[in-house]
Amino acid sequence: MDSALIPEGVKRCSLGRFSVWILALTAILLWGVIAMLLCWFKGLNQTNMNDAYGFALWIWADLAVIALGGGAFFTGFLKYIVGKDELKNIINYAVIIGVICYTSALLLLAIDVGQPLRSWFIFWHANVHSMLTEVAFCLSCYLVVLIIEFLPLLFENPKLDKKPFLRHLSHNMHEIMAVFAATGAFLSFFHQGSLGGVAGVLFGRPFAFREGVFIWPWTFFLFTWSAAACGPCFTILITRLTEKVTNKKLVKDNVVDLLAKISGWMLGTYIIAKIFDTWYWAAYTLPKQGFSLIDFYSNNPFYGIWILVAEIVICGIIPAAILISSGGRKNKRLFMTAIILAVIGVCINRWVMVLQTMAAPVMTFEGWFMYYPSWQEVATTILPVAYGAIFISFAYRYLPIFPQERELNPID
Amino acid sequence: MFPFCFEWVWDMSHIVFMGGLWYALGIVGAGLTYCIIKAARESSDNHNDGHH
Repeated sequence: MDSALIPEGVKRCSLGRFSVWILALTAILLWGVIAMLLCWFKGLNQTNMNDAYGFALWIWADLAVIALGGGAFFTGFLKYIVGKDELKNIINYAVIIGVICYTSALLLLAIDVGQPLRSWFIFWHANVHSMLTEVAFCLSCYLVVLIIEFLPLLFENPKLDKKPFLRHLSHNMHEIMAVFAATGAFLSFFHQGSLGGVAGVLFGRPFAFREGVFIWPWTFFLFTWSAAACGPCFTILITRLTEKVTNKKLVKDNVVDLLAKISGWMLGTYIIAKIFDTWYWAAYTLPKQGFSLIDFYSNNPFYGIWILVAEIVICGIIPAAILISSGGRKNKRLFMTAIILAVIGVCINRWVMVLQTMAAPVMTFEGWFMYYPSWQEVATTILPVAYGAIFISFAYRYLPIFPQERELNPID
Repeated sequence: MFPFCFEWVWDMSHIVFMGGLWYALGIVGAGLTYCIIKAARESSDNHNDGHH
């Protein structure tokens, strides 16, 4: 029925099977939408946020999807600026994942601000002394860049490709894509960094506060670095997941291997910087403020030293070592373990920088503040997952995302 | 925010922040406009060629 919309030379499942899959995902999506509407119409009393937790699950999810969506800017940077041409076989998918991550981030912010109709205030009445203003500017501009990078792919749909204007537009956009990619890399550097900067400048929160250079705390650079390291790992993870679901090989191993190797080196160098940062914070910054490292990892029911070990050793050093070594990348099981650990690692990092920062007591008479999200918060956080799966399903069915798919899966 | 808004102050923070935003939007807008105009001209040329 929809065969005219399916790219030439590739095989897709029947429309009936596809519809059942989409319906199942839509059910999850609707659950999130109901929770979102409750938050918008009844207000933020639908959440379990309180005076201690002005930032909560949504902001963690926001920071995590932005870091995971970093695969789009870094892969684009490697392909268009550095000239790693092999990555043309995965760049489309990286852009799609980026679009999903950034639209999800803005959706979560729209729920979090409580008054989405006033979102434009941040542009018109900008507080030019806030790192969050810079984040808002760069996030929205970068989403525009990502949509521009996505449009040529959309215009390659068999139906749209027949329109001469759209075909020429797609071709012209491809021609100057390096300009958009460079702008995207510039914007990403600043918003990824400023998200880390927001935590690092909180001098009233010793768990997050870091020293730095000029106006930028070290967390500014660490956030950008970790996004560039772990974002491509998320792209690889979703690619492998798509291959599993579709039961097809979609990208050649040499392409994934190259991206994983670069990610491995990025992750390895990042984790060295992170270890230095943690050591300096524990040895110099904290004692100056009257704290010691163990103050932040004891006397509470959840945040033990395990979370630091999990972030730096298990989800940092180990995946970096596997991805850097050629043998590690060749062993399929080890490789996937490293990719999953790297993705979990960056999520743990964002978790501690948002939620452990809020939980840790600052005054001597305070205890730890624990927080459990309400079902509305959980549902709206799962909403982007369902939305992303639906987006990917439609994109995979109707767009030529993977240039190597025909070669790897010839139709008899 | 634009310089004609009542909140505008000619200081470094406003110039850097808002200048950065307009700069990025300017590049993206100019790039997109170039692509659209070129595509419109090319499709119009093709259309005219078809008539000849």
